[in-house]
Amino acid sequence: MSVLIFIDITEGKIKKASFEAASYGATVAQQLGTSASAIVLGKSDELSTLGNYGISKVYNLSNETLHHFDAQVFTKLIADANETIGADIFVFSNTTTGKSITPRLSVRLKAGLVSGAVALPDTSSGFVVKKSVFSGKAFAHIAINSAKKIIALNPNSFSVVKTEGAAEIIDLNLSIPAAKIAVQSVNKIIGDVPLSEADIVVSGGRGLKGPENWGIVTDLAKLLGAATACSRPVSDIHWRPHHEHVGQTGLAIAPNLYIAIGISGAIQHLAGVNRSKTIVVINKDAEAPFFKAADYGIVGDAFEVVPKMIEAIKKLKESV
Amino acid sequence: MKILICISKTPDTTSKIAFTDNNSKFSTDGVQWIINPYDEWYALVRAIEIKEADPSTVLHLINVGGAESEPIIRKALALGGEEAIRVNSDVADSYFVASQIAQIAKEGNYDLIFTGKETIDYNGSSIGGMIAETLDIPFISHAVKFDIVNGNAVVVREIEGGEEIDSAPFPLVVSCQKGMAEQRIPNMKGIMGSRTKPLKVVEPTDISPLTSVVNFDLPPAKAGVKLVSAEHPEELVRLLNEEAKAI
Repeated sequence: MSVLIFIDITEGKIKKASFEAASYGATVAQQLGTSASAIVLGKSDELSTLGNYGISKVYNLSNETLHHFDAQVFTKLIADANETIGADIFVFSNTTTGKSITPRLSVRLKAGLVSGAVALPDTSSGFVVKKSVFSGKAFAHIAINSAKKIIALNPNSFSVVKTEGAAEIIDLNLSIPAAKIAVQSVNKIIGDVPLSEADIVVSGGRGLKGPENWGIVTDLAKLLGAATACSRPVSDIHWRPHHEHVGQTGLAIAPNLYIAIGISGAIQHLAGVNRSKTIVVINKDAEAPFFKAADYGIVGDAFEVVPKMIEAIKKLKESV
Repeated sequence: MKILICISKTPDTTSKIAFTDNNSKFSTDGVQWIINPYDEWYALVRAIEIKEADPSTVLHLINVGGAESEPIIRKALALGGEEAIRVNSDVADSYFVASQIAQIAKEGNYDLIFTGKETIDYNGSSIGGMIAETLDIPFISHAVKFDIVNGNAVVVREIEGGEEIDSAPFPLVVSCQKGMAEQRIPNMKGIMGSRTKPLKVVEPTDISPLTSVVNFDLPPAKAGVKLVSAEHPEELVRLLNEEAKAI
């Protein structure tokens, strides 16, 4: 019953969500009294650092054709590699990459899949994984009844545990099938913190009255090293780009801190952010439904409140 | 081009989420059922647009569910599509549902299968990938734009922190999200016409699910908001730093 963790890399760098998956997988292995290995498809010089996250062996296929991700190719390679690795439990992070591979691997290995896992499995009777359902409004406990099991862990739901350790790197020798999908281009928004991985998110709504007023949101975000987000109406009227839209039909996020400025908090918006650990709401309207879902709030004019917050955070940073 | 669009029945986004039978079942009391928004607004409407551009396109809808799914299937047919297929079964798990759809897709020789990026109740995002693997064809997830160029699909998909443009041959599975199309409201002609469109009911193939629901629970209620005076935002900063340890 060993555990294999898929580690996602971009341009040779291990993604933050993958460190969480590594820590989670290592903890599952410990819980079951077995070992945790990782598999990395592509070239990275950070592989040995995985030892610090409880990984004992890293299986690596370092080939530049893997630079472009293809779920069909990756699925086959993971299944082929596992012929010799022999893992029974597979851990992924539930990112777009994870969501592309895990359903395929589930079919290929006849392995039950729980996507959107938010906690360690309960192995006291069977193998039960807690997952987020109803867009964050509830949790389901799902039993995986097949011999092989796949868990796709939601980003920001398991804290990274750092230990001391060295991982042995084992090169895989596998033939790589041709990809059917051709990637024509990748456009990353450089410099921004990816919303799904951000610890802190500062979000703006229609209460800000116009795109020209977004300075207070971006200033606060920059100061906190946060990602910026927005409500659905704001992206619908093109004040902000669509990829910033969080909510039921946008991105669902679970940062440590979510600061909502001028957002009333419709149920569809809450569905995308209610897994945030701490929610702060700044709104002129004391009756805004968002206050009911918030941990901290200020009833007041954002254009007066936020600049004062920025000054206070600057002072705080200077004093540390 | 023959397109199969997967339609799921979900509770309305404003439904109260509650559970019965020792928290093992979703409480359907007073729940309004809708077509999963990603399936309707993006997958189905984009498929209808493809047919509008090329009338030789064939659109079929598929749902795995009991007879209670039929109102939402009729509603989907009111928007578009020539016929619908209902696999007459309760939903056991994603693997079960995807296997049923893959079976129908294989028999019907579809060029393109559209799903929503996820259902708003189970949030699994796994049906599309599972169908694709069963049929051994490519799957592109989180599509925000889809076009057919020189006989290939050209798809813009959202990835973490950006977008990717892919091209892929048919047959192909694509999961759709916001950006693909604009929401439509069925017109009277569509509603009238949907009543006579064929809705085939087929029995499921024998597939053992891989997972099962043990029970549900609700997140703990928030302790209540701590309000800070608008005159003293620095107090909020102090609380976030010292109490919440969030900054």
